[in-house]
Parts: sequence; C-alpha cells; structure tokens
Amino acid sequence: MRYETVIGLEVHVELATKSKIFCSCSAHSYGAEPNTHVCPACSGMPGMLPVVNKRVVDYGMKAGLMLNCDINRITTFDKKSYYYPDLPAAYQTTQWFAPVAVNGLVEIETSKGKKGVRIKQIHMEEDAGKLVHDIREDTTHVDFNRTSVPLIEIVSQPDLSSAEEVEAYLERLKNLLRFARVAECEMAHGTMRCDVNLSVRPEGSDKLGVRTEMKNMNSVEAIKRAIEYETARHIDALENHTEILVQETRRWDDIKGKSYAMRSKETAGDYRYFPDPNVMPVQIDDEWFESIKSSLPEFPEVKQKKYEEALGLSSYDAEQITRSIALCECFEAAYAVTGNAKDAANWMISEVMSILNARQMTYDQLTLDGRALGELIKLVSDGTVGRANGKKILAAMFDDTAISPKIYAETNGMIVSNDTGLIEKTVKAAIAEAPKAVEDYKNGKEKALMAIYGKCMKELRGNCDPQVLKTILIDMINQM
Amino acid sequence: MSFYNAKAENVSSPSVILDDMILTKDMPTTAGSRMLDSYMSLFDAEAVSKLRAAGYAIAGKAAVGEFAFDLIGESAYGGALVRDGKLVSAACEILLSGEADAAVTLDVNGSVRRASAQSGLVSLKPTYGTVSRFGTVPVACSGECVSVVAETADKCAEIFSVIVGHDAKDGTSLSASQCQAALARASAPKKVCVIEDFLQEVDADVKDKIDAACAAFEKAGATVEKISVPTLLAARAAWNILFSAELCNNVSRYDGVKYGYRAESFSGIDELYTNSRTEAFGKLLKTAIIYGSETLSTENYMKVYDKALRTRRVIAEKFAELFAEYDAVLLPAVSKMAYTEEMVAEKHDLCYVENLYTAPASVTGLPSVVCGGVALIGPALSDGKLLSYAKIVTGEEN
Ligand SMILES: [Zn+2]
Repeated sequence: MRYETVIGLEVHVELATKSKIFCSCSAHSYGAEPNTHVCPACSGMPGMLPVVNKRVVDYGMKAGLMLNCDINRITTFDKKSYYYPDLPAAYQTTQWFAPVAVNGLVEIETSKGKKGVRIKQIHMEEDAGKLVHDIREDTTHVDFNRTSVPLIEIVSQPDLSSAEEVEAYLERLKNLLRFARVAECEMAHGTMRCDVNLSVRPEGSDKLGVRTEMKNMNSVEAIKRAIEYETARHIDALENHTEILVQETRRWDDIKGKSYAMRSKETAGDYRYFPDPNVMPVQIDDEWFESIKSSLPEFPEVKQKKYEEALGLSSYDAEQITRSIALCECFEAAYAVTGNAKDAANWMISEVMSILNARQMTYDQLTLDGRALGELIKLVSDGTVGRANGKKILAAMFDDTAISPKIYAETNGMIVSNDTGLIEKTVKAAIAEAPKAVEDYKNGKEKALMAIYGKCMKELRGNCDPQVLKTILIDMINQM
Repeated sequence: MSFYNAKAENVSSPSVILDDMILTKDMPTTAGSRMLDSYMSLFDAEAVSKLRAAGYAIAGKAAVGEFAFDLIGESAYGGALVRDGKLVSAACEILLSGEADAAVTLDVNGSVRRASAQSGLVSLKPTYGTVSRFGTVPVACSGECVSVVAETADKCAEIFSVIVGHDAKDGTSLSASQCQAALARASAPKKVCVIEDFLQEVDADVKDKIDAACAAFEKAGATVEKISVPTLLAARAAWNILFSAELCNNVSRYDGVKYGYRAESFSGIDELYTNSRTEAFGKLLKTAIIYGSETLSTENYMKVYDKALRTRRVIAEKFAELFAEYDAVLLPAVSKMAYTEEMVAEKHDLCYVENLYTAPASVTGLPSVVCGGVALIGPALSDGKLLSYAKIVTGEEN
C-alpha cells in the first residue's frame, strides 16, 4: 500500500520588539549574563501587574496580515498554568480564546509546484526562561532573561506532506516575517522554534492517522531528518505491526537519529486556561488597523516581479535583492536618485552584498542610506570619482552612515582630474623607472603594460579616467 | 498573639495601618502565610507611595488570614486572634485601640467588611479600578480591591481621596476622570431598597441593625422599600468559583524555587514543589486551591467557570436595573455579630458560606460601604455618595 504523510506545524517566533511583552525590560539578551534582563514583573514576584506592550500587538497584527490572516479586532490574553522552574509565575500569559489572527494562507513552492498552506491561528504569548544545568555541582540554575520575551505561535492546518514542503514553508515564513521586520526567525539563535505534528495514512484516505508531536526542533535539517524517521516508523508500524501507534509527544534525538516517547508525566496535564483578569481585552480600532496595514511592505514576489517588468532587472538580480527588505529599500532609494535601475542593482549585488558577506552581517542588518548610495553611484558613473575610490567610499559609508559621498571624495582627494600635464609627467617618470617592462611590451608582451599602468594609477591616487591614462601611456611608449 | 506582623517605631500622626497584603519595601509582607514569612518586596504598593507622599506615616503591618480570603483572619500563619471569646481582625483592633487613624487593606473576599461590621467601624470597598492594585499580593484579581477602614465615614473619604487615581501600572485602572467622579459626595438618598432575600439566615441582632439603618434613612427623608431579588443570591456561587480559580492560579508562583519557604528535605523538583507547598500552606488555602483547580479543569471550564462568568454579568445587569430606581441597596454584611473559634473548627471553610453578603459587591466590582453593622452597595463610582449616606446610618456629625 502507498502512504502519505500529514504534517502540521506549530512555529514559535520571537518578536523583534525592544522590550518584553508585559514589562519594560529589554527583550534582547542573547549572550547576556544570566538574570541581567529581569524585573519583579518578569520574575514572577507578587504585586506587579502586566501592562501590554502595544508594539507586541502591532507586530502580531503585522505577522497576521503578512500570512493573509483575518485580524480579531478584539483580542484577549489568557493564563496557561503549569509548573516548571523556568516559568516564574507558574503560568504563561498567552492567547487561547481570541488570538490576534486567524484563518491565514501561506503559499509555498517546491519541486512539485505551488501549494497553499492554511494557517489556523497566530497567537501572542510570553516566552519562558532557561534552565542551566551545572554538572560539576549537580545543580540546576534558572535564567529569567528570556521570560516574557514576546513570541507568536503560528499554528498551521495539517496541510504539509513532506520534509521538502516543511522546509519551503519555514523558509517562506522566515522570508515574510523578516520582510515585515517583525522577527529575526533564526533557528540557530532560538528566535524560531518548531513543533512537528505528524501522522501517516493510506494515500487518498481522508481519515487522519494516529498523530505524534515532536517538540522544540531547532534546525531545518533536524526537522527534515525527524520527519523522515517518523514517517518510516509510522509506516513500519502500520505495515508490519512492529508497534502500536499512540498519540503522544516524542523527543527527537538528532545525534542518534531517533525519536523517543517522552514520559507521560512530562506531557500529561491540564493547562487550566482562563482569561487573565489583569489584562483588559485589546480593542483594535479602524485607525490602528489601517496604520498597521499601510505600514506593511509589498510581498517579496510582488517586488521581484516589479523589478523585472517595470525596471528591467534580470530575474537573478531581482531575486537577489528581494531576499531582504533592507536590500530592497536601499536599492529603491538609490534608484530614485540615479534613475538607472541596472546600475543600482549592480552596485547592490557586487558591492553592497559582498561587503555585508565579508563583514558577516545579515542582509537585514544593512543600515546604509540608499539615497547616499545613489549619489555615490552617480559620482562614479559620471566620472567624478574612480570606481576603485567609489568602493573605498562605500566601505567608509558602512562604517559611518552620516557620510556624504561627495564631501568624502573631496576631503580625501578622490575627485578625478584629467589634467593631462600631470598625467604625462607621471607616465614619463614611471616609464623611466621600468625599462624592462617597456621592452617586454615592445616585444609583444601586452601584459607588461599593466604594471606601469597600475603604478601610474596608484601615483595619481585613482583620480584619473582609466581610458585617458591608457591612451597617454601607449602613445608615449610608441613615441620612444 | 500579636496584631502586628511588623510595627514601625515612633509613628507620627496621621498614621495608617496596612494589612499584610499590601507590599512595602521597608517592612516584610507575609500575606499571613508561612510561605512568605519575612518576604521583603523591592517596591511599595501604589497606595503606599501615595499615602507616604501625602504625609501619612505607616504604622505597621496588621496580621491577616492566609492570603486574606478567610472569614475574618482566623487562618493566619501566626494563629487566630481572639478577644473576649470572639474572633477579631488585627487591623480593626489596632484602629479601636487608637494606634492608627485608618487602615488600608486588600478586600479579597469580604473579611475586612465583616470585621468592620462586627467592630462598629466604617469601611469602603471602592469601585473596582479606582484604587491601583499595583503592589498588592494578588489573590482574586478580578474582584479584589484596596479598601479603607476607619472610625468615621469622613476619615474613610479622606484616605480614599489620597489613594484613588488612575495608575498606568495597573491595566484595570479606571481613567483619571472616572476616579475623580468617585469622590463626589451627596446629601441623603431619595430611595433605598433592602433585599429581603439576604435576611433569611441572619441573627436577630443583625436584623436590628438593618432596621436601625432603615429608620435612619427614613428619618432623613428617604423612601425605604423591602424587595425580593433572589437572583442576587447567585452572586456567592459565582464569586466562590471565580475567586478560587484565580487564587489557585495566583498562589502557584509560590513553589519554593525563587523566594519564600522551601522545604528542607526533597529529592528532585517535583518533591521540592510538593514538600514546600505542603509544609508552608494552611488547610483553608489548600482547600481553596483544590476548589479552584477543579473549576478550571478542561472538563469543568464551560459548565462551571464560564457559567460563573455569565452569572457575574447577570448579577451586574440586575444591579443596574435596581440603580435605575434606587440610590443604594441595603444588605447585611454578616449573618452574626460575632464569630467564634468553635464555628471555624466545625467548618474550616465557613468563609465560602458567610460571604453570601459580601459577594455581590466583590463579583460586580460595585462600591460597598459598611456602616452601623450593615452594608450599602451603590452604582459604580458612587463611593463618595455611599460614604455620605453612611453618615446618616452612623449618626456622624457633619
Ligand atoms: Zn521585566
């Protein structure tokens, strides 16, 4: 018999707000000393009351709209109770009854073509802390830096059917949420985490099989391996009756490449959800809703199409730039100044993106002012500044975003001057110093000329039209 | 036996005694529980900051029952307080002794109102949201209020005017203008009703208090009508469900991990939780935790908790109907003018029964003033007016 895999995902994404969801502590403590980003509220002390960070609701709405969801205009917070030492108040404030967004749709593309994945809901909630086990002392310490950092949980319908689709879906979520600047979505940083619900059924059947859940998967590769393993295990159980499948939560051991049933004690329990009486329902009026809606960027594929069709970029270039909203914004601003899309795209791809790569920055970390980049491109394309000096100016602009390329070129002697007298004097001196190269060139070694050319360009600090220099150089050698 | 969990030295006048549910950074806050024995808060409650800023000295922290939801204080870790064979409340005893001018307390389940009724004091449980709950030990957040007790209605009004006000640190806090409106005073009410349904199980001396209050209102020119509104009796069941559920959730944070009592012997995290809570919590609190835990279970949520939420709305609507016709509703605050240790020994969760009289105001958030041994309930933000009416009942001079 042939089988198909049915997969639904619960994806937790850390929102990129400055502060935590119910207090003013910084939400960014990646790599910080333990318990340095805590206050009485997020460490569960009595007497503090939650005050909703409006930014979190903004970001929740943005995420919902990017994933084509309906926004609940009255959204409420609820308490989910369970005991765990990393949960200081012994409850997590989450959204159970009226989540911020429902009924979404995300389009993915795989080798089998395009497919829509339905989103059941997106709810906002607070993160828990971390337990750090000290092997030497055989004790466990609690770090509350991460408690109350805002999360959204994106719950999909069981619409996915392979590891490839899951990978495409996660990539799509990451792309869309980064595009709206609501989240980093970096599994390696823990800013995106994933629970996989999986079952197997005979192909064509409309009845779902027994479902197992694998929690807290933290790399796409691990997720893919886990899906393949679980699928095989389920099919084996159905075909060969090797075991009886039960609905359970399993832990994926990526090193052993196996999943294990968690002790029922770890998973059983009643979360006793109820509305949090300390958090009033959040009412999203038209004005708020519209301001969020209008702040959203076009979808990446819309931009890509526009770049190709309206601006004439190659599909490769358009795809490269639409990998990040920061690249898009920089490119669009530069193009607005120069009026030459291809030129601006070239600079983005061959210069800006390579500097980001060299500096090990993500594309989203780009802070370069696109208008200033446009001015630089103009200076280079109209011959005011040499290309090599242009690159130097760009590097300086990365270090200091306040730099004006024109003023920088002037104060650093980077303005091209086609003073032929100066060029001839420089060439003459260079020729005199390199008789061997001159002879080689005269004997047909074209390459020998480049050494003299390079020396002249260096002497002139790049402020010379390459064509002018080349002509003068060849003329002078030929006259010898 | 001490009325104080903490006592300040050289207290100047005017002074306010706090009950031990109100957090102070210079004195421990125990919530009457072994769990928080000697717990020091990092901050003052908003009401305390306001009192200090207005020049009131904090006289100390009065003993309370464990998490302050019991009958009158009998469940305190330090033991029940008894005077002349009667159970008494520490805050009220301190006021009666003249050691403080007023008390500021957290009214979780009416124990403060019961105590003031039995001690002949005046108390105000304000409209929910007019006084910030920032810095109070949370128990039943949807209904509990920072309340005032004093010998006179005017003293209550004075203290209320200091602690009232919008607070951005409390998401349920009402607007500044609403808070201001709650201070408005009045002369006599035109029409008052007594809800007869609440008189069925009260002692004769309580009925006498009701009659005396009715006579005082009539003498002041008000019409007093006795009516039956049996729906309001459901307030108790609804409140018992809601407050136990919230309590169960709120006290879950006391697990022996971060602060507070930790059992000496345990092996593993589960035993750390269980032993710490078993040793530190008293019988009544454990009972309430079990009630609350049951009402919130997936199995019971819709048929118990959700029903209580709907009942809360029905009760509020019923009151709104009454206030279209009456300026205030008159009820007993207690069924008897004294409680004894024997009563509690016989039924340790008597607070779940006796709160019949206080639950209507707790569950709806309406203001309630206890005066002359009886309770008045008024529409939202009628706090100042109720205190004016109270002066008619107590015969307080203007
Ligand atoms: Zn905090």
